[in-house]
Amino acid sequence: MMTIDNLSLYEQAILLLAAMVLFTSFALLAQTRILNLIRVFAWQGTLLAVTTGMVAVVSGQHHLYISALLTFALKALLIPWMLHRLVLRLDIQSDVESVVQPAVVLLGGAALVVFCYWVALPIVQLSTLITRNTIAVSMAVVLLGMLMIISRRKAVSQVVGFMSMENGLFFAAMVSTYGMPMAVELGIAFDVLVAAILFGVFFFQIRASIESLDIDRLNRLHEVEE
Amino acid sequence: MIAWLLALLQTLLFIGAAPLLSGWVKVAKCRLQNRTAPSVLQPYRDLAKLFGKTLVLAEHASWLFRSTPYIVFGATALAAAVIPLVAVRLPTAAIADVIVLVGFFALARFFLALAAMDIGTAFGGMGASREMTVSSLAEPALLMAVFTLAMTASSTNLSTAMQHTLESGLVLRPSFLFATLGLMMVAVAETGRVPIDNPVTHLELTMIHEAMILEYSGRHLALIEWAGQLKLMIYAVLIANIFLPWGIATGFAPAALLIGVLAITLKLLVLGVALVMVETLLAKMRLFKAPEYLHLAFLLCLLGMLSHVILEVG
Amino acid sequence: MIALQFMLGLPFAGALLLALLGHSRKAGWINIAVCAGTFAAALSLALGVLDNGPLLSPGKLFYIDAFNVYLVVLTAFVGMTTAIFSRPYMQYELSRGRLTSRRMQLYHAMYQGFLFAMLLSLSSNNLGILWVAMEGATLATVLLVSLYRTPESVEAAWKYFILCGVGIAQALFGTVLLFFAAERVVENRDEALLWSVLHGGAAQMEPTVLALAFVFLLVGYGTKVGLVPLHNWLPDAHSEGPTPMSAVLSGLLLNVALYALVRMKMLVDGAVPGQLAGHLMMGFGLLSFLVAGLFLHRQSDIKRMFSYSSIEHMGLMTFAFGVGGPLATFGALLHMTVHSLTKSAIFVTVGHAAHIAGTQSIEKIRGLIKTQPAVGWGLLVGTLAIAGFPPFGVFTSEFLLLTATMKSWPWLTLPLLTGLVIAFSGLFRHLQPMVYGEVPAGQVAVQANMLPVALHLLIVLWLGLAIPGFLAHWFDQATALISGSSLL
Repeated sequence: MMTIDNLSLYEQAILLLAAMVLFTSFALLAQTRILNLIRVFAWQGTLLAVTTGMVAVVSGQHHLYISALLTFALKALLIPWMLHRLVLRLDIQSDVESVVQPAVVLLGGAALVVFCYWVALPIVQLSTLITRNTIAVSMAVVLLGMLMIISRRKAVSQVVGFMSMENGLFFAAMVSTYGMPMAVELGIAFDVLVAAILFGVFFFQIRASIESLDIDRLNRLHEVEE
Repeated sequence: MIAWLLALLQTLLFIGAAPLLSGWVKVAKCRLQNRTAPSVLQPYRDLAKLFGKTLVLAEHASWLFRSTPYIVFGATALAAAVIPLVAVRLPTAAIADVIVLVGFFALARFFLALAAMDIGTAFGGMGASREMTVSSLAEPALLMAVFTLAMTASSTNLSTAMQHTLESGLVLRPSFLFATLGLMMVAVAETGRVPIDNPVTHLELTMIHEAMILEYSGRHLALIEWAGQLKLMIYAVLIANIFLPWGIATGFAPAALLIGVLAITLKLLVLGVALVMVETLLAKMRLFKAPEYLHLAFLLCLLGMLSHVILEVG
Repeated sequence: MIALQFMLGLPFAGALLLALLGHSRKAGWINIAVCAGTFAAALSLALGVLDNGPLLSPGKLFYIDAFNVYLVVLTAFVGMTTAIFSRPYMQYELSRGRLTSRRMQLYHAMYQGFLFAMLLSLSSNNLGILWVAMEGATLATVLLVSLYRTPESVEAAWKYFILCGVGIAQALFGTVLLFFAAERVVENRDEALLWSVLHGGAAQMEPTVLALAFVFLLVGYGTKVGLVPLHNWLPDAHSEGPTPMSAVLSGLLLNVALYALVRMKMLVDGAVPGQLAGHLMMGFGLLSFLVAGLFLHRQSDIKRMFSYSSIEHMGLMTFAFGVGGPLATFGALLHMTVHSLTKSAIFVTVGHAAHIAGTQSIEKIRGLIKTQPAVGWGLLVGTLAIAGFPPFGVFTSEFLLLTATMKSWPWLTLPLLTGLVIAFSGLFRHLQPMVYGEVPAGQVAVQANMLPVALHLLIVLWLGLAIPGFLAHWFDQATALISGSSLL
């Protein structure tokens, strides 16, 4: 039994930060302005890095400092900066996306959180780490990123959803096991970086082919002949 | 006996100080916007003026219309009576249940909406329907926030909850962070402030609360206005004392009570300024944007509850 | 050990080299040479493993046993033959103006990068690196799908990227859960994702966590295998990319994803009581098998049609691995091989057919056997082989699978047979006019290199007539690894 009252202030701060990371996921779901979206994403990365740093302090796992730095550099600075620059270069900074049924999406997100809680319960009961209660939260960040990809129609928003999903995965690895082995973590970071670059290339390809970044207009391929 | 006396005194203080809080908000707002501010006591003068005026009643007004101001004021005053302002463990605390509190608000709102429709003017009906739209969205959020609190304290009693928070010392609860924010948003909506409603205009396109009380005059209007000021105060005290109860008196010693009064005054001053900042920084939303705002409030309160369940126990 | 280094180092170096020289006219030859070198290295690696048993590299980075070594050889082989096909094919595309030389550079570099990523994921001992390499394979191919820059190809590539990205993210989550379970039983946490460590200690891992992990891994790697309902990206990516890409995607990438899935199943089976993993795989496999068979009937694009056929066969293999037991596993391994060879041969032929007709639309491809008999016969024989006609190898493997199913799940034989018939009729109703139909005016033969096709189909035929002893022994070792007992 672990209640928040008998944790140290550091450990409480970890939980608080984790909750804030979850909140940024919801903010991403609700945010319709592209530049704000990227800003919220950068905040999510920053919060994640701070959480990782905090976990490193509490648990004494030194490799987590490296992970925290890596996350900060990649998820809070580099990728948001790249996205921001792309948005400016594509001249879509003033785009506003209309989310279909925002209330339903947000409530769906809340339902996902409950689902994650239920799924993660057996894992949480096995774990002995101080971060074990945040496993469900990390899983929710993954699924909320997925929900964002499904509910959005702009290429940039989908990419932000994808990256936020990656954030959730990193978060999950960090809180359930204090991070994957370093080699794997570096490999994942490399993949994410390459993916970010490729997404940038794709924005231009999509724009060149349909003169827009609305994924709705990518509708030429069908499962069966018409 | 002395405890009951204290409870009575606290209630009177609550009711008496409510216009003062409104006055303070007005002053702060004027200062922030570089305007000449009225006196902090201006709301008292307004109320006195209204009480002195003759009552003008619409021709078709029924008993419902006439009794509503008293019901509204009575319900709000009763709500004020159960909330610990300067001290916990008062005898009224036994009935200080959050669900009762929400019930009092609902009662007042119900009668206000009925009265607004009673005379049959277009504005009254419109105001009533808008008020109901807003409150039907705000109330679940409010309940969610108080349930979060109740789950933490294992009690829906306000006084017990405050004591629980006091005893456990400083705990960084994610649930409280979300619930506070959510409750603040609900409070702004429920007390008819910017960005949901603007209490100082009577613009027919946008007004909500004002449209309902357009037909009231004299002492009726005074009571309803006073009840409105009381409601603002209630929300402010709730936010201040539930989430940051430090300073509130736990015994009946004069020194402790004095500290309690000072603490709540300070908290309310700060909250008033915060409200003014929000009102100055935000523009009023279009009416159909209001549901989005309230959804966000609901989501925050829901997240508060979820993070309590997921992160704080188990 | 040296063979392993060469096998991984060559494509990696090749990718770097072709990133510089990929636009030159010699790039096609370089591509072939690098692939041939890789294949030679893979073969010598395989011989070593067959003689000396499983190979664990120093530092425990790589682990080669009978199961993955045969896939390594298969991958290197199909990579090489496709490279042979790709050289004139891509030259033709270049001369038609569908490509620029800069894109050729990209194509060649990414071809090698893709092979490297796949060989890495096959040979890696670390299940985390396996994931990284799988994602790397997606990243390497995603720009190739959109190589022609048509709106359709860009759409297909975007779908491929997003769907596979989301899917593979689930697999990473599954891997995290696996690590969570493993970390509790393995002393050194840096070794807790190593296959060589885990396979021995699987029985002690927590069953609930492993079961949950497997669900995520199945969804994740299942997306890459192309299991219904996560298959949407597959026909698009196959039909819009350049044909050599379709051949390696269908023939190799799907196999590697299935390989990852089977590895995970082996772990889960060791710890979770009952047949949870097997049943899940059977369900998804059968669903994919039947649904893809039905979709075959309603395709108008020839490459799309054959990519649905790939989904169908991957479903069948997933089903077979799910059934478990030595007979089904042996059949599934054999089917993996013959499907890869046949399907890549078919895609090569289809590439030529599309050049002859100037389109990929089934309705406009007519009378191939009159215009260019080699291509027509190639398509006919390839399709016969993939549809499971005797005496080709696909028949043998499907026969084994049916027998195994009849043994353990008799009532499932009926849907399997129905599915085979549906798929067969779907393929042939489209195939018949394409091969025998009226020749449209002005249709002329193109320069076609049918060597890879002939080679693949001959091997498939050989495997159908008689599986050579060393190969049977080889499959049997892999079967013993996967199912616990050997067949022969």
